[in-house]
Formats: sequence, structure tokens, C-alpha cells
Amino acid sequence: MSGKLFRNFSFLSATLSFFLLVGIFAILFTYAQDAMHAFGIDFLFNETWEADEDDEGGVFGGFIPIVGTLLSTIIAMVIATPLAMGIAIFLTEIASPKISKGVSVAIELLAAIPSIIYGMWGLFYFAPIVQKTVGGDGVGLLTAGIVLAIMIIPFMASITRDSMNTTPLVLKESAYAMGATKFEVIKDVIMPYAKGGIIGSIILALGRALGETMAVAFLIGSVMSLPHRITDPTTSIPVLLANNFAEAQDLEMSAMYYLALVLFVVSFVIISAAKFYFFGKKAK
Amino acid sequence: MAESIVMDVRDFSFTYPGVEKPSLKKINLPIKENKITAMIGPSGCGKSTLLRAMNRIHDLYPGNTYEGEINLYKANGEKENILKIKKENDFIRLRQEVGMIFQKPTPFPMSIFDNVAYGLRLAGIKNKTELQDRVETALKGAAIWNETKDRLNESALGMSGGQQRRLCIARAVALKPRVLLFDEPTSALDPISTGAIEELIAEIKDEVSVVIVTHNMQQASRLSDYTAFMYLGELIEYDDTEKIFLNPGEKLTEDYITGRFG
Amino acid sequence: MNRLFVNKLILGLSTLSAVIGIGFLFWILITLSYKGITSIHWSTFTNDLVEGGIRNLLVGQFTMAILASFLAVPLGMMAGIYLREYGHGSKLASVIRNLSDVMMSAPSIVIGVFVFALLVDPFGGYNGWAGIVALAIMMIPIIISTTDNMLALVPKELREAGIALGGSKHKIILQIVIKAAKVGITTGILLSFARIIGETAPLLFTSANNQFFTMDLNGQFPSLTVSIYNLATYPDEASRELAWAASFILTMIVLCINLIGRFVIRNKK
Repeated sequence: MSGKLFRNFSFLSATLSFFLLVGIFAILFTYAQDAMHAFGIDFLFNETWEADEDDEGGVFGGFIPIVGTLLSTIIAMVIATPLAMGIAIFLTEIASPKISKGVSVAIELLAAIPSIIYGMWGLFYFAPIVQKTVGGDGVGLLTAGIVLAIMIIPFMASITRDSMNTTPLVLKESAYAMGATKFEVIKDVIMPYAKGGIIGSIILALGRALGETMAVAFLIGSVMSLPHRITDPTTSIPVLLANNFAEAQDLEMSAMYYLALVLFVVSFVIISAAKFYFFGKKAK
Repeated sequence: MAESIVMDVRDFSFTYPGVEKPSLKKINLPIKENKITAMIGPSGCGKSTLLRAMNRIHDLYPGNTYEGEINLYKANGEKENILKIKKENDFIRLRQEVGMIFQKPTPFPMSIFDNVAYGLRLAGIKNKTELQDRVETALKGAAIWNETKDRLNESALGMSGGQQRRLCIARAVALKPRVLLFDEPTSALDPISTGAIEELIAEIKDEVSVVIVTHNMQQASRLSDYTAFMYLGELIEYDDTEKIFLNPGEKLTEDYITGRFG
Repeated sequence: MNRLFVNKLILGLSTLSAVIGIGFLFWILITLSYKGITSIHWSTFTNDLVEGGIRNLLVGQFTMAILASFLAVPLGMMAGIYLREYGHGSKLASVIRNLSDVMMSAPSIVIGVFVFALLVDPFGGYNGWAGIVALAIMMIPIIISTTDNMLALVPKELREAGIALGGSKHKIILQIVIKAAKVGITTGILLSFARIIGETAPLLFTSANNQFFTMDLNGQFPSLTVSIYNLATYPDEASRELAWAASFILTMIVLCINLIGRFVIRNKK
């Protein structure tokens, strides 16, 4: 292979991500046209999702899955963020190197378990516990949120740990040398120093929680209704797509593409924000 | 020579975790009050290890073995063996009494004012006017008050290397420690900034006893009152700086200061 | 002492978080192992889904993941090489790098929808190829970023020494730089393989599922993960047991590939 050919091929491969992103956006946008023309921006705020009897038309609004996605994500973030910070602090500042290594491996294995396993485990082992302690049907927003939290904790904790580890040793030592306690060193030196990476990790985890399908599909209840209590079943965009996309027809199908587009754009914005603002220009 | 002693290292041996041989062997070294004591020696001789034992900063990483004594004499004449310290509370007190300046400047990611006030706040000072007074005094003492008085609320990370070092000295001085440990305070610094830092160290010895680790022999001879020469974890010779540099008692010391090795 | 109390409290809570994290890992692994092992029979491995086994599902899942890797690894590595060796420092490369990072976090279900529109809808039905493409799209950004990061660790001097000996740039990349980064890149490939072999969402409406043993990629293709999703929600006990057995086997496969990638290969260096 000549040098020029090699270079050109590598360049083409590199542009692939760009074309994929544009391609996904273009395809979703095109297929969502019917629903966009029919419902416009009100789609986002309309609770009704009903096909006509002849299956050719109907009224479709994305409000319920959008709310379900947001609420389950919020619950997950509220639970996961403090726990992930605690784990990162434990790994970087409390545990001895040996224990820290062991726990790190465990946390990373937890992150490697496929999401469908979390969903299934949650359905059979965790949902009954939620039902007994908090009430409700077992499946619902709360259960989905908690299991989602368990899923994103390892991810958040390992990125936070990595950014906390970048704090120069001598900076920590000089705070200790002034009589600071460990917590004060963490709060006043490490956290401010690693701020960008920590916020970035929270936002990336948020993006992941928003788009998670399988763990939530088992647990949220998959019911097209707004939740009134935290234990109520509802649905989310990925779950609705997972369960109903393939069977949908015409306008309903187009509404599904519309939802997929919303999800895609929102995660694109969130992840880009994390990249550009918080991780900074990482390219060395 | 009736100077009083502020710290006294006796038969002190130190072993890092997982290592069999001690890194410091039976060191005996007095630190005289309001004097500058320099520790010199080739890389790996243990001078930094000894310095880091004197405020137990080693203990951030568990598993070290200490033998012997390091006594700290209080103002009222009582002595305390700092190697006996176990409680976090006592570590904090020790580090407020025995401050440390590191090889690299270490401004915290906060404003200039907050950097200097940080230790004071840790020590429990909350009164605003007292904080302001002591920060000002410390910055004046470190000779950067004029450069910083109009930008106290700006981030300390924007200062030049030399300024950052003086800020760190101000930060340590603000706590009014009895002893200040300097680990290579002018490494990788230009001659003018080095001169400024040396002048500063010479000035603060009226307030605080200074121990300085340096690989720069001219610096040791210019600056210090006493010099300790270390080699391979042992203290080879300790005496008046003048004596060490003009008329060393040991062959090894002479070889080192005349540049025949290291 | 107030300060010391706050210190102890926070450190205690942090340790507790770690204990909770580890606790969940063990809870999940233990329940999964118990349910899984008690549900596994010899026939689980020898029968196809239609007869209550997972033979065709395992073969199907591996076939799709391996073929997806054949697609994604060369493309991803070439892209990574461009970013680090040719385009490094250019604006274009940094834009592409960021876009690829964004792709890495794109919701997997959306990729499924995209591939459905591209390769299922126009061709009249679910097919194995669509599943492979969906998995490859998941994998490519991971490979790009690993290659990019691992090449960054190769010292500049190595490249310079090669050039000084009169090697052409692409030969030095292929023969020296890639070799120096081999261990890291292999680990990255294994980890991304472990990631896609456990994926469900991109397969749901691309390759869908098949109860029978087949190697025909033009039709619906058997998938372990999609089957777990279906089986777990069936009311009968036998289906659930099979779902547990399949989940256990899948988890073991994923964790083993992970451990091999992380430790065996890294220690070999």
C-alpha cells in the first residue's frame, strides 16, 4: 500500500464519525417529517398517544415518555451523584493502594455488566423490595431510577476518580502541612482542582441515564400514563421505542422517529457541553 | 554559643514501607532556634526524607517505621517527642507549629487572599479584621504585599513562579510556626528570584527557626548558620557553616564541597 | 473538635459509599450466579431456543459481534491513526475527535432506529447484516478513541528515529508506532468487544431474533440478549429459568473478556 493511499484511507475513516452523526440526524429528521407537520412543537407537550381505529392516523404526543425519561434520570442522578463522589473519595484518598486497586476493579466490573442484566436483576430482586418498603406495584419510576443509579455510579465514580487523581501530590501535601484534615484537603484543594472533570463526569453520566434502554425497560412499567406518585409506572423514550417502534405504522412510526430525534438531539447537546466546557481541550 | 535548641533529632532511623534497609540511620541533629540550618548532600542521601520526618508529612502514606526521637521544644521549655504522635488532632497541631515549603510552588486553586488566610481559617480564626491584618502582615513579611495588594481577590494561579513561591512562604509564615522546613525552595528559579527568596529566608529567621534542604552549596554557604552534610542516609558532619565549608572535619565532606563527587 | 468530627463523618460516608457499591456488585453477581447455575442444564448448550436451549443464540450473538468487529476495528484504527499521526494538531482532527466522542455516548436505541431506517425498512425485513452494522456503529468510536489515546503514549523520539533511518511515514506508523502501542490497542479492542456483545437495544429491530439455528445473515438472526429480554417477561417458569441461565452465561463471558483485556494482556508486556 502506498503512503498516499494509506493516508487517504485513514482520512476517510476519520470522517466516518462525522458522516454517521449527520446521517443519523438527517434520517431521523426525514422520517419524523410527517409527525412534525402534523403536530409541530406541541408534540413535546401533548399527553395523548392514540392511534385511529383504522391504524392510519391518530394523535400522538411525546409528553409522557419525555416526562418519564426526565424523572427517571433525575431520580438516578440524585442517588448516584453523592454515592459516586463518595466512592471516588474513598478510592483516591482513604483506601490503601491495595484496597483501592481491588475496589477499582470491582467498580469497573460493575460498569462492564450489560444493562439488560441490571434490568432483569432489578425486576426480580429489587422491584419486590421497593414494593414492600415504599409501596406501589414494584415496577415504576422509583425502581427504574434506583437501578439506573446503580448502573451509572461506576461510570461516574471512575471518571471522577481519574480527575481527582490528577491533583498534584505536592499540592495536597502543602495543605496537610498547614494542618488541614483530609476532608479539608478534599474540599479545598482536590475538588476545586478537579472541578472540570467532576462536573464533566456528572454530565456524561446524565447523558447515559437519559439514553439507557434495557435497564429501564424492565422496570419502569411501560405504561402510557403520567405518574402521580414516585412509585407509579410510566414510560420513557427509549423504552417506548424498544417496545413499540417495530409494530408502529405510518404516522405513529413517524412520531416514534420524532421522539428518537428529540432524544438524540438532547444527548448530543448534553455530551457536547460536557466535552467542550468541562473537559476542556483534551487533545495533547 | 548558648543558643537554645528548638528541635532535636536523636538516634533517628527511618524506613520506608516495603524496604528492608533504613533510608536514614541513627541521625543526630540539633536545630537551633532562630538560626538557619542547611542540609546538603548528593541526591538520595536522605536529606529530604529527614526534612519530611520533621513534621511527619511522611505519615500521609502509611507503613513507615520510625526509630529514635525527634523532640520539639515548646516556648515554655517542655519537650515533646513528635514521633509519638498518633491522633489526628496532634498531627494538625504539629503541622501548624512546624510548617513546610515545598520544592514546587503550590498555590491552592483559590484567590491570593484565601491562600494566605487558608491556614489561619483552619486554625480557627474567623474574625475578619484579624484575618485581614494577619494576611497583610504575612504578605509584607514575604515581600509581595506591594505586588499583590490590588489583586488580593484574583486567583493565585495567575502569579509568576517566583511570586507563587513567595506566596507559599507567606502562607506558611502567617501561621506563625516555630520551625519552617524548606525543601529546595529555589530549584529551577532564575537568579533574581532566587536572590529575593534567599533574602526573605534570611529575614524571617528572626521570627522562626529555619531548616533548608538544598543541593546548591553556594546557597547553603551564603544563607545558613549551621550545615549538616549527609551521605547515603547518614549524617557525616554537622557544624558551623563556616567551619564545614572552610575547614571540614571529614574527608567525605571535603570531597563533596569541593565538587569531587555528587 | 468540630473539624475533626466533620472530617470523620465525611470519610465515613465515603467509605460507606464504596461498601454500598461493592455490596451491589456482590448482590448482583451472587443472585445471578445462584439463579443462573441452578437453571443451567446440559441441554442449555446443546439445544436451540426452540427446544429450550441457547446454542443458536450464543452462536448468533458471537457471529454478529465478531463480524461487527471485522468492520469496526480496521475503520476505527485507521481513523485513530489519522487523528494522531496525520491530522494531529489540525482543527479538523480536533473536531472529528470530539464528534467521535459524542458518538461514543449516543443512545444505543437511537442507533437501532437509524439502522432500521437504513437497512431494515428498505430491504423488507429484519436481517443479520443490520444487526452487525448497528453493533459496528457502537464500536467504531470506542476503537477510534483507544487507538488515538494509545498512539499518543508512543514517544515522539520513536517516530523521529524511524524517519531518521529513512523510513516513509506510513511504514513507520505500521511497523513501529502501531507495534509500540499494540498492548493498549488490543486491550481496547477486547473491552469494546465485551461492550457490544452485551448490547440489546441496537439489535431489537435490526436483526431481531430467531428461534432456530441459522447462519443466514439475510434473515432474522438469533440473539442472546434479545432472547433474554423476551424470555424474562414470559410468565412460564421454564422461560424465566432459561433467561437466568442466559444472563449468567452472558455476564460471565463479558466479565471474562474484561478481565483478560485488563490484566492478562497488560501483564504480558
